Amino acid sequence: MRGASRRRVLSNLIVGLCGLAVVLALIPLTLIFIYVIKQGFSSLNWDFFTKMPKPVGEPGGGMANAMLGTLFLIGLASVVAIPVGMIAGVYLSEYRGSRFASLVRFTADVLNGVPSIVIGIFAYGLAVLPVHRFSALAGGLALAFMMIPIITRTTEELLNLVPSTLREGALALGATRARAAFGVMVPAALPGIMTGILVALARIAGETAPLLFTSFNNRFFTTRLDQPIASLTVQVYTYAISPYDDWHRQAWAGALVLVSFVFVFSVLARIVTRRLERMHRV
Amino acid sequence: MTKTSSSRRSADDRLFRLGTGFFALLVVLLVAGIFYELFNHSRLSIAKFGFHFWRTTTWDPVAGQFGALPFIWGTLYSSFLALLISTPIALGIAIFLSELAPRALRTPLAFLTELLAAIPSIVYGLWGIFVLVPMVRQLEVHTPGWLKKIPLFSGPPLGVGMLSAGLILAVMVIPFTSSVAREVLRAVPSTQREAAYALGATRWEAIQAALRFGRTGIMGAIILGLGRAIGETMAVTMVIGNNPKISVSLYAAQHTMAAAIANEFTEADTDLYLSALIEIGLVLFVITLIVNALSRLLIWSVSREITAKARKPTVAETLPEPAA
Repeated sequence: MRGASRRRVLSNLIVGLCGLAVVLALIPLTLIFIYVIKQGFSSLNWDFFTKMPKPVGEPGGGMANAMLGTLFLIGLASVVAIPVGMIAGVYLSEYRGSRFASLVRFTADVLNGVPSIVIGIFAYGLAVLPVHRFSALAGGLALAFMMIPIITRTTEELLNLVPSTLREGALALGATRARAAFGVMVPAALPGIMTGILVALARIAGETAPLLFTSFNNRFFTTRLDQPIASLTVQVYTYAISPYDDWHRQAWAGALVLVSFVFVFSVLARIVTRRLERMHRV
Repeated sequence: MTKTSSSRRSADDRLFRLGTGFFALLVVLLVAGIFYELFNHSRLSIAKFGFHFWRTTTWDPVAGQFGALPFIWGTLYSSFLALLISTPIALGIAIFLSELAPRALRTPLAFLTELLAAIPSIVYGLWGIFVLVPMVRQLEVHTPGWLKKIPLFSGPPLGVGMLSAGLILAVMVIPFTSSVAREVLRAVPSTQREAAYALGATRWEAIQAALRFGRTGIMGAIILGLGRAIGETMAVTMVIGNNPKISVSLYAAQHTMAAAIANEFTEADTDLYLSALIEIGLVLFVITLIVNALSRLLIWSVSREITAKARKPTVAETLPEPAA
């Protein structure tokens, strides 16, 4: 009898500890949000979005060029990664049983875990070293390489959610497999795929390490592919490790912009996924 | 349908398979390309130093001396520390969310914990510099003297150092481990728990039964977290102190492989220096490749095992037996 009560006490203790674990994880999350919002909002102003950075020592200025730069870089990355990732995903879903598909799936998952700094070196070797110049192209490529495995796997998973009766119906009507895949399956899965792409974009927009020595940094804004370009993340990094209070202030403002961006996309993705799940259950 | 049109269709289908297959092949080529490129550009350093590179501790670019052992040490130490802190918490979260929490709480809590993974690492780093490091410094200043005699807690209270790095890494790793562990636990057939309850088990004993059933996948979840910790760059480089000195002290400023690359890459003024940094990248790549492959295999083996065991009956099997 005493053994039984001891077992029950132990059980309740562990249950309590598991609840405590959740609280422990939410503490840093809350602290980060509080600081980013508090420090960020007090530093955020109109100049931050519209002005270029001021030279060292001069207060004021903003990150307009860095924000445009980040948008430019993720646009560049999307042009490369979205078609490659989506078509690779179509292959994985259409020929899901094949050995090659398993290999690709496995490689994509492993690639997803490769440190972003390593991807940065790869892009450096590919696009910076041969011409001896940091460039927007190199940064865009680095980000594209990170996006490809995410988009591939998302596309595949969302295509797998589409009932295969749709494909069979198309094939029975005499459509080729290409027609069935791109004309029927992909459009049916498109809302989900778009959400997946948005999440990938939000994640990529927050990357710093692969940009440090590919797109580097730039005090001005340029749309030239062969010139270095500023990005929000690299700018926040540069300002954060600088000794100037005004730059620290701007770093917090930059962090707030980044976090809001990620947060909005995460919530949006959640809503769309929920709606899709409900749709497919019916 | 005429013969010609059906053969054209099969030719079309073959073209489709080849065409889409080519893009799938690109994913594989990407990994091969990374390996080739990193290997190619680290040749200079490999030829000059050989294994010596990984055995020596002097990192002095000005004198042309490159020993990468302090970086390996720092990466292993910080990742170990991170796992030590994050594993119990992540597993606790996974158990709570899959076994214990009221249904209404599960989704919002899961969303919140996974939000930790969505925060960019530069934001972790910024928060680390201005909030976590001062807190750690206070902790270090108020360490009692007898404790400071132990090598683990020795050294000046800088704030930046191994302890800050381990803490911030732990927070960053938690969502990865917990979300995979949660999926593994969710995939464990409920018959496992019901059987345990039927034998008079307490809640914790029933959870243990589920954990034992999914242990391979849980292992995979922990190793996935390890891969993340090894490769994390920005947050670590901002709080670890970037000092290539081997020390067992939690308070000492140290360095990691990823941080070294991030810090020194644009400063590398000689070919040999650059090559040495790329060699660090190559080894980082190979290590994370192995760790990630291992974790995927473990996770997949569980999901395959479970789907094989709890296979849904096919339509034919559910049909009533025809009356004799």
